[in-house]
Amino acid sequence: MKRMTTMALLALGMLSTAAPALAQQGLDEPFQKPFKEALAGKTVAYVPVAMNFDLTEGWYAGLKKELEPYGVKFELRDPNWNTNNGAQAVTSLISEKPAVIVVHNPDVQTYAKLLQRAENEGIYVIQINMGSAYRSSGFVGANWIEIGEKDAEAVVKACEGKSNKIAIVQGALSAAASAYTLKGVENVLAKHPEIKVVSSQAADWDAAKAKAITQTVLKQNPDLCGIIGFWDGMDIGTAAAVKEAGLTGKVFVATSGGGESKGACAQVKAGAFDLDMSYDVPTQAAQMGALIKYLISSGVKPGSVKGSSYTTLIPVTKDNAGSDTACWNLGDLKK
Amino acid sequence: MKRFRVTQQEIVFVVFAVLFAAFSILLPGFLTADNMLTLLQNVAVLGILGLAMAIVVLGRGIDISLIAALAVPPGIVLQMVQNGHSLPASIVTALLFAVVFGLVNGWLIAVAEVPSLFATLATGIFVAGLGQAFLFQLDVVQWSPGMEGFQRLGQGAIFGVPTPIVMFAIACVAVAVFLRLTRWGAYTYAIGDNPNAARVTGLPVRPIIILQYVLATLIGSFAGFVMAASINSMPTRIFNSTLIYDVILVVVLGGIGLSGGRGGVLNVIIGTLLIGTMLNGMTILDIPYAGQNLIKGVVLLLAVITDSFLNPRNEETAQQGDI
Repeated sequence: MKRMTTMALLALGMLSTAAPALAQQGLDEPFQKPFKEALAGKTVAYVPVAMNFDLTEGWYAGLKKELEPYGVKFELRDPNWNTNNGAQAVTSLISEKPAVIVVHNPDVQTYAKLLQRAENEGIYVIQINMGSAYRSSGFVGANWIEIGEKDAEAVVKACEGKSNKIAIVQGALSAAASAYTLKGVENVLAKHPEIKVVSSQAADWDAAKAKAITQTVLKQNPDLCGIIGFWDGMDIGTAAAVKEAGLTGKVFVATSGGGESKGACAQVKAGAFDLDMSYDVPTQAAQMGALIKYLISSGVKPGSVKGSSYTTLIPVTKDNAGSDTACWNLGDLKK
Repeated sequence: MKRFRVTQQEIVFVVFAVLFAAFSILLPGFLTADNMLTLLQNVAVLGILGLAMAIVVLGRGIDISLIAALAVPPGIVLQMVQNGHSLPASIVTALLFAVVFGLVNGWLIAVAEVPSLFATLATGIFVAGLGQAFLFQLDVVQWSPGMEGFQRLGQGAIFGVPTPIVMFAIACVAVAVFLRLTRWGAYTYAIGDNPNAARVTGLPVRPIIILQYVLATLIGSFAGFVMAASINSMPTRIFNSTLIYDVILVVVLGGIGLSGGRGGVLNVIIGTLLIGTMLNGMTILDIPYAGQNLIKGVVLLLAVITDSFLNPRNEETAQQGDI
């Protein structure tokens, strides 16, 4: 980094002295060529937990857009929700030696050892949204604790002067994202002893289960003032239960997701969700792209630098759900 | 010598009654009209799937592809409407797809004589894969404008009864009529009881088996329509879930023998009620997910153990394919 700055300064200095004489001629920018050479022909492999849903499709489309113009080969290995397949994909990638592996962990443990091995073998590992116990060269993703805190704060605020009864609809128990979000919720609730959690159950990221649980909870506690859900794709079911009970607007529904327009903005506009904390997938993809370009062009040894880029969250509410920038559209991103 | 015998159906009913009584006494808010409706509503889709499975199991088969039938046709409706087609055209396309799917299943089993377990296992994976690869943009097919009216299949209430329960009731009546009042229903029992005897007697065994699978696929799709309407989307990934085991559980627990020819709609209702009561009670108790699975497992084990204790298997009672 320091060397780059010195070189940049040097170049600038040369520019200022040389410029008057060469004003009518073009000037070669000395760093773009090595950058292009470093990227050309490199392979970046992408191992999501599965394709076919807004998050992973969005990252895929975004990364492709960022990398392919530079001659980077972008490969996809789709384990289709099968952790074993995913581990196998990572293992075989280690022997194929791509320049970078972008990995979306199903849980904290499964890939941890493999990712460490990959970096030892000279492959940069970038983890997206769900990190593993091994800290690799780069992590890009949502801060789940923050999401839990923001959602809980909004629900606590909405409950002021009401029954103070809330429900929590968790994701899958084995998923770190779910456990971290819960921790964030707990952090806030610890400061608000007046709030009573009447139900905190896992719906397995499943909209039908979320609806069933919410229906039962609402029948038992019709004066519920808020629900914290852990994923907007699942909380479609939560919201449907609230709507059927005729409590839309009375029960505050807070959730989170990737900010795809049909899943987030359209739902907020329709009144299904009152708050959807979005981790804006195209921005995440762009940040991963930047990290990959930086790592490859810098030539640092994989695993020797480790950093994170937590996503700045976009709270999608009635106020901004109609704007063009709050959400993104998968169809447009793929174009 | 006549011996007092209790059937599995009765055992499950007793387990259900005991559980129901215990929850009613111990859980305030359980035995209310509202909660009873919620209980039923939450298992309505499972119940409809149970009916589809029952038809096939009565004919001594099994349909593992039922969850694909649940997921893919409603997914087609939602996706087509999203792509700008009209709702009626989308529904017709989806139903045609379901019929073809059922015909292929039936043909494989009745004519090509592939064992139903393997045939439907394969077709289910194929259809789910087809949906994922070519038909749907995303795993969760979202609701879009143009679907108005469709949600009435799964939301709201008819005469104060939540719609999914009404749909379950309609499916129960339809299947009961098919099984008890039509000739094809009687043939289904005959084939399930003894396929060879049925063939020798001159029953149209192959067409009836094909009919069973077409009906099962259509009823499965109907369950999917109700589900999609109820949650305003179709999570087609549900194919990867363990829902099919729950369906088989409802059928077997209710007392429909996998060896075919025994049981009816009532058995499905009892099996569904037991599962519904357990789920509802445990949700009210706010029992964590892992604990719920444990309890579910223990209750099922109890039912099965009691059954084999009261009705021990021997050469006389054991049938081929009995598990």
